[in-house]
Parts: sequence; C-alpha cells; structure tokens
Amino acid sequence: MSLSRRYRNLLRVGVGITLAFIYVPLLVIAVYAFNGGTTLKWPLDSVTTHWFSDAVHDSDARDAFVTSIKVGLAATGIALILGTLASFAVSRHRFFGRETVSFLVVIPIALPGIVTGLALSDTFTQVFGVTLGLFTVVVAHATFCIVVVYNNVIARLRRVSENLEEASADLGAHTWQTFRHITLPNMQTALVAGALLAFALSFDEIIVTTFTLGAGQETLPIWIFNNLFRGQQLPITNVVAVIVVLISIIPVYLAHRLTREEAISSRGGAPIAESTAIP
Amino acid sequence: MGALLSGPLAWLVVLYLGSLAVLLIASFWSVDALSGELIKGFSFDNYKELWDTDVYRTVAFRTIGIASAVTITDALLAFPIAFYMAKLASPRVKGILVVAILLPLWSFYLVKVYAWQTMLSAHGIINWALDPIGLNGPGFGATAVWIVESYLWLPYMILPIYAGLERIPDSLLSASEDLGAKPGRTFRRVILPLAFPAVVAGSIFTFSLTLGDYITPSLVSPDTQFIGNVVFTSHTNNLPLASAFATVPIVVMVVYLLIARRLGAFEHL
Repeated sequence: MSLSRRYRNLLRVGVGITLAFIYVPLLVIAVYAFNGGTTLKWPLDSVTTHWFSDAVHDSDARDAFVTSIKVGLAATGIALILGTLASFAVSRHRFFGRETVSFLVVIPIALPGIVTGLALSDTFTQVFGVTLGLFTVVVAHATFCIVVVYNNVIARLRRVSENLEEASADLGAHTWQTFRHITLPNMQTALVAGALLAFALSFDEIIVTTFTLGAGQETLPIWIFNNLFRGQQLPITNVVAVIVVLISIIPVYLAHRLTREEAISSRGGAPIAESTAIP
Repeated sequence: MGALLSGPLAWLVVLYLGSLAVLLIASFWSVDALSGELIKGFSFDNYKELWDTDVYRTVAFRTIGIASAVTITDALLAFPIAFYMAKLASPRVKGILVVAILLPLWSFYLVKVYAWQTMLSAHGIINWALDPIGLNGPGFGATAVWIVESYLWLPYMILPIYAGLERIPDSLLSASEDLGAKPGRTFRRVILPLAFPAVVAGSIFTFSLTLGDYITPSLVSPDTQFIGNVVFTSHTNNLPLASAFATVPIVVMVVYLLIARRLGAFEHL
C-alpha cells in the first residue's frame, strides 16, 4: 500500500509507543533485581548482584519451582492427549455438533479465571469431597491447557492433506500403521509446540491455582504473590521475577520457531501466529 | 470417532460444564449465620442481596466499565502496530516484531503486575519521571487498574488484528487507491470493515481477562474493589454469595461471546 511519508512516520511512532509500553516495565523489573537497597525507590541508591545467589539458595523458592514444574508437566501430558484426540475427531470426521467442540474447548480459557477457579473448587470440595492439593491443580490446569494443544494440532491437520492417509490405507496399511508412519511424523512439531505452550500457560497461572491448591502449598507464581506482601523478601522476589521471565521465554520462543519454520516451508509466506493467538 | 471424542468430551462436559452447573447450584445455597455451615437449599436470597446492596452493584458496573475501557484502549494501541506489521514492514522486521509481541505475552503475568506496582508506587519511576514537569502519576486506584490491565492484555489484541489484516489482499487496497480513495477513506471503507471481526476476536480476551482479574486490583488498587476481589474474599466464608456474584461475569461473557460470534469473530480466534 502506498502511504505518504507523513503517514508512514506516524505509524512508526505508534509502533514505537506500543513497543515501549510493552518493554519498559520488564526493563524496570530487571533493573530492580540489582537493587542494593531494600525499598522500591527509583532511581536505585546502589547496585549489587548478591540477591541472585540468595534467590538460588532460597529453599521455599526452589520447592515452589519444583512444584510448578511437576504441575506443568502433568497438566501438559493430559492436555496433549485430550487436545489431540479432540482435534482428530473434529478435523477428520463429520458429525453432529462438530462446531460445538471448538466452542467447548475454548470456554475454560474464555471465561474469567476466577469463574473457572471457583467452579472447579466448588466441585472438588462439595461434590467429589476431594481435599485440594496438587492433583486438583493438575486437573484444573489441564482443563484450560487443552485449547492450545487443540489449536496447534487442528491447524496442522487442516494443512496436511487427508489424501496421504487415504493413500496409505489404499496401499494396505492398517489404521495404526498409517497413524504411526504418516500422521504422527506430520504432526510432530505441532505437538511439541502445543505442549510447550501448554506448559508455559500452566507455569504462569495464578488465579485458578489459588482456588484449587491445598493449604500451605505453593507454585512459583503463588510464592511470588505471597512474598510481595513480605517486605524483607522483596529483593529475592525481584530476582526470582527476572529469572522466571527469562525461563518462560524459552518454551515460547521454541514453539514459535517450530511453527514458523513450518509456516515458511509450507506457504512461503511470513510467519503467522495462528496457533498462538489464543493463549 | 466416538472413541476419539469420549475422553475430551467427558473431561470438558462432565468436569468443566458440570463444575459451572455446580457453581450455579451453589449460588442458590445459603450459609447458616450462627454455625457458618452451608445450607444446601434453594433460595434467590443471594441474588436479591447482590441486587439490593449498592456496593455490589457499583462494583459490578465499575468492573464492566474498566473492562470496556481496557478493550478500547488496547484496540487503539494495537491497530497501528498490527497494521505496520501486516502491510508495511519488511519480512525481516515483521518476524522480529511478531517475536517481540509474543514473548512478553507468555512471560509471567504476575511479574508484569508487580513491575507496574513498583512503577506506580509513590517513589516509583513514574512519579520520578513526571516530577520535573510538576506532575504526579495516577498512584494506586481504578486508573492504575485500567493502565495495568491494558498493558497485560495488549498482545491478545495485537495478534488477532495482525492476522486479520494479513488476510486482506494488498490488491484490494490498491484497487481502492486506484479508484481514487485517499488513505483515510481506504482505511474507513475497506480496511476497518474487513478487520473488525478480528478486533472483536481480540476484544474477547481483553474484556474477559479484565472482568475476572483480582490479582491486579489487589496489587495496584487496594481500596477500590472489583468483581474478582469480592468473589475471592467472600468465597471462604460465604461460598453461595461468591458463587452468585461469579455468575455476573459468566452471563456477561456468554452474551459477549454470542454477539462476537454474530460479528464473525470466531473465524479470527
């Protein structure tokens, strides 16, 4: 589109403002990790790196980290299975209520976290009589992680032609062989990307977690939240905050790379974050 | 096929929709004033109390108002960058921008709220920057919630709009130009109508995520309550009332989703 120089420059300014808005807070929090003082006064009085070793050796933070990893892995596992099954059913079969499945998968994430959290915790405690704990968190996380796996896999299935599977069947392969040698290799990166994003989603979640976690247990976000109200812990919290941002970037970056390479090779176009538009 | 669907459907229908049903049922229960025990009966008392109490009504309307303000703010901030990415940037710059938008989307939500808490605090960077020109930052309160929620959910608005604009063929814009339309007119008559469903798709997230958030208000707005805070603080001692109040965001979101589907937003999710 041909735009005059003035419009182009105006747009560039808009882009600059939005990017600054997105990144300035993250930079500020990164600077605070080196805060020599114990208050959150800006500018900093002095600079130090010793909170980093304190944070790494903080046993509560480490426990919370391990808990988060466990929950994330378990929830991702369940979401992988359920999300893949649902995406296969929807993309490879015609049936009554097919549209509803896509809708159903999205609701747990489209409704506010507080609704999902309260509804599940009501059900766990009042209907099933289960004591809240890691198990209930895993179940709750898996519920809203299904959608990312589903979206990634279904986007891939739409692009991989059904003809390949039919050809395989025509050549005498039974269902399992076709799945093992044709379908699975085609979906591999979509599965990995979906799993990485599901894990990142679970790792970051705090609202549903608060409602479904047992007393005295902490995931990493909950540990950070609790520490924000304990003044003397703030320096360590700042450091953990920065480490956590850096850690959570890895799976997202990898997932993006995986889906992008495929987008470039299959379409020759620019990367589109089709599967990552929904959290 | 039935075998494929039975697992996911059992999980989502029985567990999730079932839970929503339980939430709805629990909203008709009551709490014994003396013992604090749940009375699992049926009455509209919770809803009546919510409707008759000014505070709850104010909180509900305030929350919906902030969610709308956040949605509009994000749409305004998102459109220029999405347009630049989709139609003007070179493939290289486009790739960099997509990653730049995606990365913070997934990085800790809580850390982002916390970053703003430090920035908005009395001795924070905002007051420090505004002080030389004789101004003060907004401090903590509803304005802070508006800023922080707009910040948090902005990427959710940028990505669908960007994808929506990518779908508009360049030839359409050239045609409009060839027929004599100035950029402003092309924008109003061609780009905006075609991109609107994508904006609505993005707004589902900005609106819904703001509607239920209680972490952000608890950190940057200690004295001004939102639906999320009320539900969270009351759910331990009055589960039925909390459940009744939680139906407000559900009803609002169901209506919102139905309208969004009408406007074709689901194609852009």
